[in-house]
Amino acid sequence: MVTLAKPENLVYQRPDSFTDVSTHYCPGCTHGVAHRLIAEVLDEMGIAEKTIGVAPVGCSVFAYNYFDIDFVEAAHGRAPAMATGIKRVLPDRVVFTYQGDGDLASIGMAEIIHAAGRGENITVVFINNAIYGMTGGQMAPTTLPGQKTTSSPNGRDVEMQGYPLKMCEMIATLDGAGYVVRRSLHDPKNIRQAKKAIRTAFETQVRGLGFSMVELLSTCPTNWGITPLESLKWLEEHMLPVFPLGDYKISSTVAEIKA
Amino acid sequence: MAKELYEGNQAMAEAAIRAGLEAYFGYPITPQTEILEHLSKRMPELGRTFVQAESEVAAINMVYGAACTGARVMSTSSSPGVSLMMEGISYIAGTEVPVVLVNVMRGGPGLGNIAPSQADYNQAVHGGGHGDYYPIVLAPASVQEAIDLMVLSFDLAEKYRSICMLIADGSIGQMMEPVEMPEMRPVVRKNWDWAVNGAIGRERRTLSSIYINPPEQEIANLRMFNRWQQIQKNEVRYKEYYLDNADFVIVGFGTAGRVALSAVRAARQQGIKVGLLRPVSVSPFPFEVIDQLASRVSAFLVVEMNTGQMLTDVQLAVKGRVPVEFYGRLGGIVPFPNEIFDEIQRMAKSKPSLAVDPRAAWYKRMTSK
Repeated sequence: MVTLAKPENLVYQRPDSFTDVSTHYCPGCTHGVAHRLIAEVLDEMGIAEKTIGVAPVGCSVFAYNYFDIDFVEAAHGRAPAMATGIKRVLPDRVVFTYQGDGDLASIGMAEIIHAAGRGENITVVFINNAIYGMTGGQMAPTTLPGQKTTSSPNGRDVEMQGYPLKMCEMIATLDGAGYVVRRSLHDPKNIRQAKKAIRTAFETQVRGLGFSMVELLSTCPTNWGITPLESLKWLEEHMLPVFPLGDYKISSTVAEIKA
Repeated sequence: MAKELYEGNQAMAEAAIRAGLEAYFGYPITPQTEILEHLSKRMPELGRTFVQAESEVAAINMVYGAACTGARVMSTSSSPGVSLMMEGISYIAGTEVPVVLVNVMRGGPGLGNIAPSQADYNQAVHGGGHGDYYPIVLAPASVQEAIDLMVLSFDLAEKYRSICMLIADGSIGQMMEPVEMPEMRPVVRKNWDWAVNGAIGRERRTLSSIYINPPEQEIANLRMFNRWQQIQKNEVRYKEYYLDNADFVIVGFGTAGRVALSAVRAARQQGIKVGLLRPVSVSPFPFEVIDQLASRVSAFLVVEMNTGQMLTDVQLAVKGRVPVEFYGRLGGIVPFPNEIFDEIQRMAKSKPSLAVDPRAAWYKRMTSK
């Protein structure tokens, strides 16, 4: 018996800015979502060909395998410096870094602060999942008070190990920063808002309006030791109170783009 | 071109500009800050890139990024700052992108002082950063030579996709000499087939120093080593003085070599048959010429402003055939010609022995004075 093929209505496909490979990320990890949002924005803005990515050290060290664009791979924490070098000699290109919390908020603190302070026309996508992923779940600068990690086995004791660093709040104080916002990837509504923010960040750069950064609260089910679904819930319940979502810096010129 | 009076640091900076330097990233540190200052004025007025970085760590990573685009880039520093750059230097070596660096060496270790020294020879020549890599290292002995080697550095770095580091010292950096500057070359960004500059109308490219699969890392390391073999074959440079009929030979690089030349000239006037070999490329090191000399001279005297770092390389070339003696000044002290002259006289009078450890003998002479 022969059945005729029904006309297909394509509703979902790989963005053009992605390569046709599977990622190495763990099941339930939100890196894949963050990557996809960037790729969709590059496609929609038509800027993939002139965009250069700077990959970090950490779980997303292999980000360059997944984007079908030019990429370099930086030393741990140095992506904003490397991006500065690229952007200064190629000002008509779009340059973005993709960094985790250990990379950006610990070893790379000087580089991120000074890139923002100089108002470098680069875009930073900052993945905050409150833990070191690649090395197997150690305490990060953004680990929550009381959170258990392999290097804070009894939970982060703020008396001994201090408090989580709040990067958006810090960078928002700098005059060179044009667009600094925090979003989350724990549900579809927030993912849609995250994509809008990534779009605005790239628009900020394309218009030469200064440093732009989108912090994305993310999950790490493997190192948190809970299921992907529980992770999304944990993010919502525990990370949002410490890292409130919101727009921390929107300069007057950037505000005009959004309008 | 007419001769002009130039300070060494400013001369190196201006020579880099004339060689087509497109972007400079640096951080202030004595005794090389005049390079940064000169470029902070000249680069913007020529429409080129200058950034004063927040640290040497950031500076070398800015250099790394700009080098990945194929631009002619440079950073400069002095000993403690170069130590901070070592992470980036290793990444640059592993990514096989051309970068030019200058180390205006000062007394160390640690914060040390700001006086001329050659104590970073081992760091520059024998490693510094982690991993299996070999940089090109050139050592000028005058302001003019610093200019000439500065220009050469960019060509060598690009030819071999390698790091080329000039090791000068505080005296070369701070001294003024009459020099001839090269003609201004235009900035030309070559269309390298490896440069990451946006995949417009071509396949994407990535530049990275990561090869997570060990067999691929081995292939990359073999590729780099093969390039190093070509460098060893093609790029050995040295200056020789009075070697034709020399009974024994002094070996010294940079400032120590220059001071030794004054001593050699004085000794020649006294009829002492001593010659001088001054390595200009300390990496690749002139092993072959020392090997040949070792078969016809009676001894060597290595003179350095450290405790005998190049001495080891000279010993490697001499292979124990004749005695190799040592004389050094440390911690930011430049030897006077008469100190080296005294060493020459001593060696001319008393036959050097193969049985003596040159460093131990030198230490004894130094501390018993």
